[in-house]
Formats: sequence, structure tokens, C-alpha cells
Amino acid sequence: MDVLKHDVLIIGGGGAGLRAAIAIGEENPNLSVGLVSKVYPMRSHTVSAEGGAAAVIKPNDSFEAHIQDTITGSDWLADQDAVEIFVTEAPREMLRLEHWGCPWSREPDGSVAVRPFGGMKIQRTWFAADKTGFHMLHTLFQTSLKFGNVTRYDEWFALRLLVEGGRVQGVAALELLTGQVRAILGKAVILCTGGAGRIFPFTTNAAIKTGDGLAIAYRAGVPLKDMEFVQYHPTGLPFTGILITEAARAEGGILVNKDGYRYLQDYNLGQPLDHLDPNSGHPKLATMELGPRDRLSQAFVKEMEKGRTIKTRYGDVVHLDVRHLGEEKINKKIPFVRELAKNYAGIDPVKEPIPVRPVVHYMMGGIHTDVNAATPLPGLFAAGECACVSINGANRLGSNSLTELLVFGARAGRQAARWAMEHSDFDTESLRRQAEDEQRRIAQQFIHRDGGNETIAGLKAELNTAMEEGAGIYRTEEKLRATCHKIQELKERFRNVRLDDRTASYNTELVAALELECMLDCAEAVAYSAWMRRESRGSHQRTDYPQRDDQQFLKHSLAYRTDGEPRIEYLDVVITRWPPAERVYGR
Amino acid sequence: MAADHSERTCTLEVFRFHPETDEHPRFQTYQVPYHEDWVVLDALNHIKNEIDGSLTYRWSCRMGVCGSCGMLINGTPRLSCAAFLRDYYPRPIRVEPLSHFPVIRDLVINFDDFLHKLQEVKGWLVPREPRSLDDGEYRQTPAQLAQYKQYSMCINCMLCYAACPVYGHNPEFIGPAAIALAQRYNLDSRDGARDERFQVIQSNEGVWECTLVGECSAVCPKNVDPAGAIQGAKLQGAREWWASLLLSWGKSRT
Repeated sequence: MDVLKHDVLIIGGGGAGLRAAIAIGEENPNLSVGLVSKVYPMRSHTVSAEGGAAAVIKPNDSFEAHIQDTITGSDWLADQDAVEIFVTEAPREMLRLEHWGCPWSREPDGSVAVRPFGGMKIQRTWFAADKTGFHMLHTLFQTSLKFGNVTRYDEWFALRLLVEGGRVQGVAALELLTGQVRAILGKAVILCTGGAGRIFPFTTNAAIKTGDGLAIAYRAGVPLKDMEFVQYHPTGLPFTGILITEAARAEGGILVNKDGYRYLQDYNLGQPLDHLDPNSGHPKLATMELGPRDRLSQAFVKEMEKGRTIKTRYGDVVHLDVRHLGEEKINKKIPFVRELAKNYAGIDPVKEPIPVRPVVHYMMGGIHTDVNAATPLPGLFAAGECACVSINGANRLGSNSLTELLVFGARAGRQAARWAMEHSDFDTESLRRQAEDEQRRIAQQFIHRDGGNETIAGLKAELNTAMEEGAGIYRTEEKLRATCHKIQELKERFRNVRLDDRTASYNTELVAALELECMLDCAEAVAYSAWMRRESRGSHQRTDYPQRDDQQFLKHSLAYRTDGEPRIEYLDVVITRWPPAERVYGR
Repeated sequence: MAADHSERTCTLEVFRFHPETDEHPRFQTYQVPYHEDWVVLDALNHIKNEIDGSLTYRWSCRMGVCGSCGMLINGTPRLSCAAFLRDYYPRPIRVEPLSHFPVIRDLVINFDDFLHKLQEVKGWLVPREPRSLDDGEYRQTPAQLAQYKQYSMCINCMLCYAACPVYGHNPEFIGPAAIALAQRYNLDSRDGARDERFQVIQSNEGVWECTLVGECSAVCPKNVDPAGAIQGAKLQGAREWWASLLLSWGKSRT
């Protein structure tokens, strides 16, 4: 088997991976970087992010205020040292992107414009109309082309971490074009593979969001942290789950139930101001429609239980009404919202309200890292949605994740570069053998296997249903237990999966099987961590334990993979200057 | 995927080619359930999940922004996530890989050529005046932003290359999306590398090859208007040619 070698390997070519690659080029342009991605970098899911990226830049703002908003939003589960680093490094990272050409929306004087965002008490969200992630990703990708030290492995699927002598030294990866498995060695490896929203049936996440990096880390013994915290975005289009950005509400959009009533006022999110009166102060920051995502999604469920939502053939919805903004403002500030609603919901938001419902959007949890993006496995780093530093705790504030992938992508790149300079050698023969083992495993389990009777689509549908039933917005012991047991059953049945396609070149069915295998591992970590957390905090709501319990659970969960059910351990949250308090919005 | 249950079906004729087993491409016909809200990509996913796991194509976001799922649909380059069955039904829908690219397998094309071209045109910002982070952002007014914004919307979906007769005839042609990206940076008030890009674009395989049929702009799903970018580059080229003549004339007089 061929063995390819680099100083640093990055798995994942989205925002975090590209930022890491550029950081390595800036740190030491002599280091060779291998960028392994299962899709071409500009296809990565960063591209779908819409609303904006938060960083303190305006004179009326302060680091202290951004830190407080983030910690409050996290329901005190964020590590405060990490939040402080994040907030203080954010402005320079955002400026770098501006210097690389990102087309930020501007004020008349030419300075960068900011908009309000949910749970932020001061306007600090930079935006590029409502395609912020798209512009950030393409700016990063185009900028990365300047660096001659990056070798891209586009459409290679990372199968397994290669670990020898107690440190990670590369990955075994499948080249999709040829179907060949190769050992790609790196003295340091950075995982930037995104989240696993596809374990749920109704999600804003692209098809590629299958938790591959989370799973290969988990299988190598690295714990997954705070996996029970899954963010539902309150405004997805029914049927497709396409995201309608929070920016629609930041620009003044309102949420109403079937009676046209702004129902959020009944859920401890403050009082509505007149959205038709330009002098009323609407939209008021961190109030009503600009409350945090967890609280808004929970309010939808309560409203549905009261029978005050609107029935459609794709489930219950409420209305997001932006008509009062007028056509000009809609076209200028949220043109993509209009395009998506027209194309995929068949309505023009200039004339009609947009039907929306909560939709799985983001995983607060991920691969356990410290503030330098280092995981407990020496040589392994992680950044972006696949990582959990943690700055997001039990609920991420909108517009913190795009900034997070810059700050911690850059940190991961710098740390990995330094690590690679200190560790010069490879245990090549042993690593090659591990990759050959992985090649054999894949051949035996998927390609040369006959007689299996399980289909990928069938198993995935059952997994999706189990996750929604047990690990949705409101959870109970009983349902979580059933979901956990179902996942164990599905993992067992996965051994009998049957592929139609046994050929080598560009076998997307094989990739789908490998992705499903990753999703099963991620789902297991989510469901067991949720089962064990007997309290309610942020996005994790247990109707059988409705209160936050700081005595027992002001702690991160750590899920470790075993041959049977995962082992869940706990780690204290880092509290520095902001002691836990009541989480208040709208008063 | 939740959907209404209907008895109606829709016919898809899908281009198939497997390099390991097929000498020539062929078309395979599938019957899929017809749903008003389905796009062609939903129908392909239905085939892959329920009928034939070997069908091969790219897709990801299903919201028209990742650029993965470009195909020829009844002969026209489209994003399959934005092409609704209802716009074709009850006629059969023919699905083929994007033209002008080598086919890897079924609907998957090789577009590495485009990635090389992005590199060639220096598709990134080269600062006109270097600026330190301590100096804050470059000032750029909304009017200056509007100069290039449209050309920054390209999702690299390759529909314009599939529609471009010049690229079909001459694969050396840099092509619509790469020229649009070059213009995107040329028109950015922060950029200073217009002359370097100018050299590449004005070369033989560049902008003068384009006969301005405008097919690229017609198929662009994001209204980038690459034909406008090419026209702009041509004008710029002509202007600078005249300027160089006048300048040398002026010099020779003094």
C-alpha cells in the first residue's frame, strides 16, 4: 500500500479546516499540509450558514458584554476561560477575513456593518447580506489557493485514525475516485469535519453532516463532550428543513401563531413592541423574537400542545412574518430568504408570511478539546462544529459558530504546526499495517459480503425516528432509554447491511454505509449522554427533571466508547468571573 | 422524507456509465412517485434508496448553495435541487451529466480543470495597500461593494461551463466562472492585482475567445452574469490597449 506523508493533516475542508490550513502556512510555510475532505472544500456545509458572525468591533460594545451574552446563552455550561479567549480573539480573526476580501455588508461610511442576533444584548453580528457562511467559505478557499504548501485530497473519506506509540500519526482514507485505501501520515492531525445533524430526520444540515470525524475520534478512545446538547433552530421551512435565518427576525420579522398572536410573550421572553411603528424600539435586543434559539423552539412545542399552531401536511407550523419590512429592505438585507421561500415553500415573503417550524441545526457537543484545540490523544486536534471547547455550553447563540471556526481553526493550525515541528518521525511500517487492516475490514464487511438483509436507507430511517422520538426538544427517561436500546439494536443489525454496489470507482453507496456507521456512533453518544443528564439546561429539556441542577450537573459530560454501551463521565465546568445565575430574557 | 402519498408516477431516464463495466454509456428508465414538492434530486435519492443503490451522483445542501448537484435536465444545465418535477410532469425527465466535462461515473463529472483555472486567474484578494490588523478594516462603501458583489455570488456549480459553446469547443478557454471571479477581485476597491489578472485573461485562451452568446448567464442559478464579467474584461482590455497606444504616442512626442 502507498504511504503518503505530510507534516500536518487536516480532515475536513470547511471553514475551520481552511482557516487551520492558512494558519499553518502563516506559522511556517515550509510545513507540508495535507487537506483531506470527502467533498471539494467549497461544498462544505459552512456554505449554508446565513445570518452572520459575531465579534466586538463597534465603540458601544465590549468584550465583557459579548462574554456575558455567550455565557448566559450557554446556561452557564460554557467554559469561561474558553469564552474569554474566543471573544477577545474574535475581532482580529474577523478583520483578517475582511483583509482577505470577504464582502461584508457595510455602513454608509464604509465601515463594517453589524446587525442584531438572538440572545445578543448589543449589535455585534457581522454579515454579508444573508449568505455569510457562503462568502466566508469561498473567501477562505480562494485565500488558501495562495499557499503552495497545501496538498488537497478532495473526495477522500477518512476512515480511521492511525495511532502508534501513544500518538496519532495519520489516517487511513478512501479515495472515492479509485476506491483505494491509502495511509496518509501526518505528525499532527486536525479534525474539522462538522457536526452530525443528519442523525435526525428533520434538519437544516446538508447530506454530508454525518459526524465522521466525531466517530473516528470516539473509536480511537477520545471522549465526546456534551453530546446531549442539540440545537433546534426555531425557523426551518416545513418538508425540506431549509433554514430561514435568524436575520429575518433581526431585521424585524415577527413570529405569530394561528390567531396572528405574537405568542412568544407568553413564554417569559418579554413584551412585544409594535412592529409597525418605526419608533417603538422593535426589534428589541435579546427579547421576544430575538430570544435564544432553545427558548424559541421550546415555546413552539408548548404552543403546539395548546393547539395554537397551524396544521399543514408537513406538520405544525407558525408564521414568520416579514411583510412589514417592505420589498426594498427584504431584497437588500435578506434576499436569500426571499429566494428560498419562493423556491421551496412557494410563497413570496413580501406578500405572505413564511411557514416555519423548529429544525435540528447544530451540535453544541463534540470532540473534547482544550482551549488550544488539543484533544486528550497526543497529536490530535479538533476545531469547528465537530469540536467542543466549550464556548457554547447548553445552547449556542446564533452567529457565534462562524466566528468560532475562525478562532479555534486558527488556534488548531498553529498548535498542530508547533507539534509537527517537535515530532519528526513516523512509525511507518506499523501505520501502513493499520491502514491495510482497515482496507481488509472494508472489503470483508461491505464489498465481499453476501447474504446481508439490511439496507442503508432502512436502518437510517429507523435511527432518525428513534432520535426524534427520544432525543428531541423535550425528553424523558423512558423515551431516552428506548432510544438508547434501539441504537444498540441498530448497531447490531448494521453488521448485516447489504450493498447493491460492490465496485471500486466512485462508490457512493459504500460512502453512505460508512457514514451510517459514523452516525450510529454519534447517535449513541447523544442519546446516552441525554439519558444520564437528569436535569434541564439550555437545549436539553427533561420533562421528568424540569429544573437546572447546578449541584449535580454544572459539569460537562464525556462519553467514552466501549464494546457495549458508552461510559459517561463528568468534568467540572470552568467558572472564572461569572457565577451561575438565573437566565433572564426580556426583563 | 415525509411526503404526500400519491398514486401518480414520474419517469426518469438517467444516463448511466460505469468505467469498470461499460464500454458505452446507456440510459436507464426509472419510475418514481410523483410529488408536487419534489425536485429532481429527491427523485434521484428515491431511486438510490429504494430501487438501485448503484446510481451515482453528487449532492449535499439541497438548497442551491453548495453547487454539487449540477446536471443536464432535459438538456439544460440545472441544479437538480432546484428543478421541480412539477415543471416537467407528466413528460419524462432525462437526466445527464454536465456536458463538456469528462464523466467519472453516471452523473459525476471531473471538474479539476476549473480548479486549476481558479489558480491561474489569481482568484483571491491581492491588497492594493497592505493594512495591519491594528488599522482595522478597509473602508468600502456600499456603492463600492455593489461594484463587484454580483460576481462574488458564484457557487462554482459548473452550469456555465456546461452551457458555454466556446468551452465545449476549446477546453483551454478559461471560461465564465473563472473570469467572473477574476472580475470580482478586479472590481474590489481593496484589490491591486488587476494588471496581473489582465495578463491571464487577455491571453489567447482568454476573454477574446468568447463570442458573447450569453448562454452562461442564462443558466446561472445565482444571477452572477458571467457574460457581463467577460464583456467588462473585454472593455477593460480594449481601453487599456488604447491607453497604451496613447501613452506611447504621448511619450514619443515629448
